[in-house]
Amino acid sequence: MTQFLQAVVNGFALAAIYALIALGFVIIYKSMQVLNFAQPALLLIGAYWVVYFVDIWRWSFWVAVLMGAGLAALTGVMLERVFLRPMVGKPVFAVAIMTIGLNTAINIVALDLLGIDLRPFDNPWGLSVLSLGDIRIAHSQIAAVIAAVVLVAALLVFFKYSRMGLAMRATAFDQEVVLAQGVSVPMVFAVSWAIASVLAMVGGVFLGVGIGLDGSVTVTALKALPVVVIGGLDSISGALVGALMVAMFEMFAATYQPQYAEFLGKNFSQVVPYVVMFIVLLVRPYGLFGTEEVERI
Amino acid sequence: MRQRPGLIADYQSDAAIFRSNVQRFWFAVLMVVTVVLGLGGSIPILPGLVNLSLGRELLLIAVTALFASIGSIGLNIVTGYAGQVSLGHAFFLGVGAFTAAVLGGVEVTRQVFDLDTGQFVEKIEVIGYQLDMLIWVPAAGLVAALLGLLVSPVAFRLRGLYLAFVTLGLVFVGDHLFRELTTVTGGVGIGRQTAVPSLLGFRFDEDGEVFGIFLSKEQRLFFLGLVLLVIMALVAKNLARSRIGRALAAVRDRDIAAELMGIPLARYKMIAFVVSSFYAGVTGALLYAVIGRLQPESFNLLLSIEYIAMVLIGGVATISGSIMGAFFVVFLPRLVRWLSTLWFFGFISDGATGGFVTASQFEQIVFGLLIVLFLIFEPLGLYGIWIRIRNYWKAWPFSY
Repeated sequence: MTQFLQAVVNGFALAAIYALIALGFVIIYKSMQVLNFAQPALLLIGAYWVVYFVDIWRWSFWVAVLMGAGLAALTGVMLERVFLRPMVGKPVFAVAIMTIGLNTAINIVALDLLGIDLRPFDNPWGLSVLSLGDIRIAHSQIAAVIAAVVLVAALLVFFKYSRMGLAMRATAFDQEVVLAQGVSVPMVFAVSWAIASVLAMVGGVFLGVGIGLDGSVTVTALKALPVVVIGGLDSISGALVGALMVAMFEMFAATYQPQYAEFLGKNFSQVVPYVVMFIVLLVRPYGLFGTEEVERI
Repeated sequence: MRQRPGLIADYQSDAAIFRSNVQRFWFAVLMVVTVVLGLGGSIPILPGLVNLSLGRELLLIAVTALFASIGSIGLNIVTGYAGQVSLGHAFFLGVGAFTAAVLGGVEVTRQVFDLDTGQFVEKIEVIGYQLDMLIWVPAAGLVAALLGLLVSPVAFRLRGLYLAFVTLGLVFVGDHLFRELTTVTGGVGIGRQTAVPSLLGFRFDEDGEVFGIFLSKEQRLFFLGLVLLVIMALVAKNLARSRIGRALAAVRDRDIAAELMGIPLARYKMIAFVVSSFYAGVTGALLYAVIGRLQPESFNLLLSIEYIAMVLIGGVATISGSIMGAFFVVFLPRLVRWLSTLWFFGFISDGATGGFVTASQFEQIVFGLLIVLFLIFEPLGLYGIWIRIRNYWKAWPFSY
């Protein structure tokens, strides 16, 4: 029972991080039909800025996060302006593959800045743990869940009530009509990239707060892809459900697979998201909440 | 009328491998040059004056490029001709490499002390059957093709980006499998010996005389690669210009319309995946047989991206483009290393540390940026650049 509850707790914390990264994917996809494979790189470079300000410049964590968010947003906007804008109207694959190229390039730069070793940085939570009976909940896990809930709620409010949010929803619906109504579509693109980069950065910070940040966070970030696919590429609620599903399956696998299905090998939990993705896609080809494509000939 | 170059009057000449005798001539020249380069110093052409020897190092890179071209053609069939983006090429390469290593490799055993009987027993660390190349090359292709066949129903059910994701997942699942099946792959960080390239007793990985000409092992492998590449490229070209190729192109351009025209989508997507996986399997088998050692963790997403880059840089849906792309990508590290010796690339360091980026990091950045730049400026790749140059000189000195 303890084992089970512990897995649930860890699952929630992981789901929070997945949800943050996955939301970024969905927001970019909805606004410009671009599948952003560069999200892991954005996560790494965003989180690196925070580490840099805290570790090297000795700023307080919160100031560093704010500054990091600013820089992350700037990176996102610049990437969109320089590389993605010329690709508007090109085939979806070409753009997707281009973001893979971007991911490779940025990743190397970020890893070079970061160094090979784990980079621990001062943060309000550190490694302190809350014990409820035998269940151990790290403070950073609680913080991650709270941050995710607050950010997601804020985003939903933003989309629902603000002018920009309305413009973004309308752009997702039909770019040309929106242009005719006087919405600046380039602005919408820029804002969505900024939001996605900041979300990725926050996810990266929470991945790093425990023992430290290193290149392996990109592997976790990449697992947000199955999350988005399971939820459906263009569904925000889908991304949240997918995040919860993938994180729970992964944590249960991490807990129980070594005991009950050892033949599957070490670290099987790392491939669980992809296996879940296979199964979901075979049953529902557009994910759980994705819009089915209607095509004319 | 018939003598005018560039005039296509019937379907037969439209589908011909060579459009004109000029093309035939230059292809023959290319082949002769390649063979001469391969023979290099082995036969003296103008002794003391011309030395066409590439040197062992360059020749080895060329061998790698020749084998990689086969895989790149394979990916171009599924991604370029049939339009099904596959990020899972690394998985099929891995399957081919390990199949070949099991069939053509050497068995490794270890003495283990058995606690129950108190005696030493032989324990098999890595399995290997030491079969002939005639068996393991096709077998590697066939096993990979079989797995491609298993994946293809997914490709029929999914379209576009969702398919890209599934093939991406394939790489991760495959990576896990390769790490865990230690009796086949040797395990993480250890790896295993690859298949021995010996054809009916003739070893391609040893120096020696052939018909009285001394050939180094690189030269032998070079000619093996050249012959195989020509065969595989011809097969692919014939596939592309036949009924199947036209059907694949129709599926790529508009799959629903293709289906309405009576093209069975499931069958043609299956053909594309199977053929592409076969090519990947053969490449995996031979490429690593050249290197000699095989690591289970080398078949990752980066390798898939490398092959995608070959296709994109070379030219989507062209056979010659696939080969150009493969050569470009394989020679890129060497090029970057050469660049790093120039002064204005001083920020690239030669060693593992120092400078802003190391050569291998710079190479990956260049790689990523090349994909990006080609997609933005020349979607047809090197092939497109070649066409532009050709068209420019056709009308020179007039602009049209």
